[in-house]
Amino acid sequence: MTELTTMDAAALAVEIAAGRVSAVEVALAHLDRIAAVDDKVHAFLHIDHDGALAAARAVDERRATGEELGPLAGVPLAMKDVVVTRGLPSTSGSQILRGWIPPYDATVTRRVLDAGIVMLGKTNMDEFAMGSSTENSAYGPSHNPWDLDRIPGGSSGGSSAAVSAYEAPLGIGTDTGGSIRQPAAVTGLVGHKPTYGGVSRYGLIAFSSSLDQAGPLSRTVLDAALLHEVIGGHDPADSTSIDAPVPAVVAAARDGARADLSGLRIGVVQELSGDGYESGVLDRFSDAVRLLTELGATITEVSCPHFGYALPAYYLIAPSECSSNLARFDAVRYGLRVGDDGVRGLEEVMSLTREAGFGAEVKRRIILGTYALSSGYYDAYYGQAQKVRTLISRDFAAGFKTCDVLVSPTTPTVAFPLGARVDDPMAMYAADLCTLPASLAGTPAISVPCGLSEGLPVGLQVMAPALADDRCYRVAAAVEAAVAGRDGQPILAAAPSL
Amino acid sequence: MSAVLSAYDDVITRYAPVIGLETHVELGTVSKMFCGCSTSFGGEPNTQVCPVCLGLPGALPVANAGAIEATIRIGLALNCSIASWCRFARKNYFYPDMPKNFQISQYDEPLCTDGWVDVRLAGVVHRIEIERVHLEEDTGKSLHVGGATGRIHGATHSLVDFNRAGIPLVEIVTKPVAGTGAQAPEVARAYVTELRDILRTLGVSDVRMEQGSLRCDVNTSLSTVDSEVWGTRTETKNVNSLRSVERAVRSEMIRQAAVLDAGERVIQETRHFHENSGESTAGRSKEEATDYRYFPEPDLVPLAPAAEWIEQLRGTLPELPSTRRQRLQASWNLSDPEMDALANAGALDLIEATVAAGAPAEDARKWWLGDLSRRANEAGLELGELPVTPAQVAQLAGLVTAGRVNDKLARQALSGVLAGEGSPEEVVAARGLEVVSDTGALGTAVDEAIAAAPDIAAKVRGGKTAAAGALVGAVMTATRGQADARVVRELILARLTQN
Repeated sequence: MTELTTMDAAALAVEIAAGRVSAVEVALAHLDRIAAVDDKVHAFLHIDHDGALAAARAVDERRATGEELGPLAGVPLAMKDVVVTRGLPSTSGSQILRGWIPPYDATVTRRVLDAGIVMLGKTNMDEFAMGSSTENSAYGPSHNPWDLDRIPGGSSGGSSAAVSAYEAPLGIGTDTGGSIRQPAAVTGLVGHKPTYGGVSRYGLIAFSSSLDQAGPLSRTVLDAALLHEVIGGHDPADSTSIDAPVPAVVAAARDGARADLSGLRIGVVQELSGDGYESGVLDRFSDAVRLLTELGATITEVSCPHFGYALPAYYLIAPSECSSNLARFDAVRYGLRVGDDGVRGLEEVMSLTREAGFGAEVKRRIILGTYALSSGYYDAYYGQAQKVRTLISRDFAAGFKTCDVLVSPTTPTVAFPLGARVDDPMAMYAADLCTLPASLAGTPAISVPCGLSEGLPVGLQVMAPALADDRCYRVAAAVEAAVAGRDGQPILAAAPSL
Repeated sequence: MSAVLSAYDDVITRYAPVIGLETHVELGTVSKMFCGCSTSFGGEPNTQVCPVCLGLPGALPVANAGAIEATIRIGLALNCSIASWCRFARKNYFYPDMPKNFQISQYDEPLCTDGWVDVRLAGVVHRIEIERVHLEEDTGKSLHVGGATGRIHGATHSLVDFNRAGIPLVEIVTKPVAGTGAQAPEVARAYVTELRDILRTLGVSDVRMEQGSLRCDVNTSLSTVDSEVWGTRTETKNVNSLRSVERAVRSEMIRQAAVLDAGERVIQETRHFHENSGESTAGRSKEEATDYRYFPEPDLVPLAPAAEWIEQLRGTLPELPSTRRQRLQASWNLSDPEMDALANAGALDLIEATVAAGAPAEDARKWWLGDLSRRANEAGLELGELPVTPAQVAQLAGLVTAGRVNDKLARQALSGVLAGEGSPEEVVAARGLEVVSDTGALGTAVDEAIAAAPDIAAKVRGGKTAAAGALVGAVMTATRGQADARVVRELILARLTQN
């Protein structure tokens, strides 16, 4: 591991812009690191060696001509495989898309490349982003660098593993019910789910359209903010994209780093604690709340009575939408085709392909969603879940009347061992208990490391009103600074070396 | 089926029909409903496609504002209420020409509801109530290869063209239309005709049934005349011309009557109409309703057209066909049946243009409904498809009025025009059809006729002027009909009675 791979993105960009190191050297250092550790971590599904070096060279050439570079130019990034990349495989962790090469770029991809960020490759994930451990990937699980026998979280577990293993300083994840925040929490990273509509969904292989959001994963709050500003903002190709300026998250992160939260009103969500939460997690959470008080914030307890219904509501809405979104994988135009022997009819080929191409969890959710949407059941399931969603939004609205942000643990437990929950879907779903409410309400939320339990990282979740993503970053940066001050080093420094 | 077909007249003495029409209109927007691809017809297969209309993973729809505006204008023209807030919905079903395996449509929140349109038939007004007008995307087109019929049955493989996928489609659904009795088939046709004219006037579609930009599904049911409960309906698809709308209703009424007469029950099903035979065959049974699992389309924001915008669109609607008909009827001074005959013949535009080119309304009407209708019929063409322009018809009428040709010559001139010989003026000149009224030129022919028939001439001289008719006929024959008969008669009488 060279010094280049341990530097954060902001620092790397400064070094590259100043010409003290070339983007190509930075890319090579990270590709070397991948070559050295990814056999153990399995963060990547596809490594774009040549593309990364070409992009790095382009940055170096632009710098050589005196062109002013963007704030992350030349910095390497790990892209979640759910994000479509022209000319590069984009499988969404599924067999059914094996071999498909997209003819277009997602808006997120385009913005990352246009910023001069060097995309190293595509990262592993739970199939179609359904899962909390990467164990639902058709290509085998990723491993948590803190303990290779444990999960790196999911569904963006490839990106969290890559960034926490120093294979890349930046990662793109997507979050439907917690899939950025939970992997960040269990690997000791910062991960932010933007306000719904804050980042374009154009080119994200859809899981649940009304919930999916792309966002940053990184080792520092400032890096996440820098990446957020690159990918955020209105996109006419996504009609649910918000036509408003990107919140000033970089400024907020810098402001928060001064570790002064005087006057800030913080609410602790009562419902996001108690049964099912590890005591170590609750202890670190209490420590974090105490830290926030020391930073000048006022703490109150807030009740969000409908948060308890978030999980059942989510497991009706997300499967319903996915049952429709995943209908397009039918062997007709792209991807896997099974049983097309010239004798079998179309319907049989479609069935055989979907039988072979989808994993068990995806099938489970398609069946759940198909059932929930069927006539006669729609009102009782999908309709009712949407009402719960409204009630959860009202809980947030009530909380934000008296508080600027709400906080909770990001996850009920630290990283659990690989295989521990694969046969128990409900236990797996419980990993997202704390993250689901903000997903259903479309509000922004960040996870920032706040301590260790049994040697494994614990995340603090900071939730803010829609379009107030900057508040998440400000509080997270303050916590990051205070924790580093308290422990004498960042959380991630405690991770064992690979 | 063992049922015996009854004659239509017999059917309607015992059964009352209820009809309903679902019409799909491809809008004439430049780009597709949810992406920027071209909507032009007839391109090489799969050349007007992109990630969005191919339903590639990750692609998202963005609604075409022009299509929404066109749909609202259609709704306003059909006297509908326009929703102040509504959503698109996904209609889920698997079909290989549907890229996403769901269609973006509207379900329980259509853009326009509760309208009506009046159609007139033989002086009677039938009010057709409109249930809804909604916006959706078209599917691609399957081409079944290897079979004899081009249908999926017997094909070895299928090709799919996605050029049509995503073209904006407006669906216009009537409420059930009851009480039209024997006229049901004609009412159905008159409704689709009126709808087509309205859509054409709005300029929202090229409404070409043969190209599929206007497609019609016809629902038909029968109940006994004294029953208060409607019968089971069938839905006849593939009805691709105005004439077929009428034929489809008529043949389905006859078929259902035969089923009922045989003591069997009508099966709720989709039927396919065959243009050549005029019959339909059974398709998909709808007894077990397909569950489309509709839900609000989460990739699109709700539509919330502002009230001011709707009023602005209402204020800028063009003159609609019914209003225009009333105006023209008054200006041409026609009775209701005369006007209906003219409208049903599809001659309105042609006559209006002919009048605009200078012909008196009566002459224009006479030409288009008379000689030209007959010739169109003979050629199996619509009136508007005849190779003659309203301006040419006006010129022809002008030649008659000026006395330069008589009716018979005018018909010959028309034949020349239709044969592509040029304008009426040019044909008259080229064929030498002009009436000869020059007394000098006619004098010789008159003298020869008198000399050739001394006995008739003597009768005329003797005061029997009626006998001059034979001499006039001889002169007309000699001049191949080109002489002005009135002038010839005057010349003959002048020669034989003034000495």
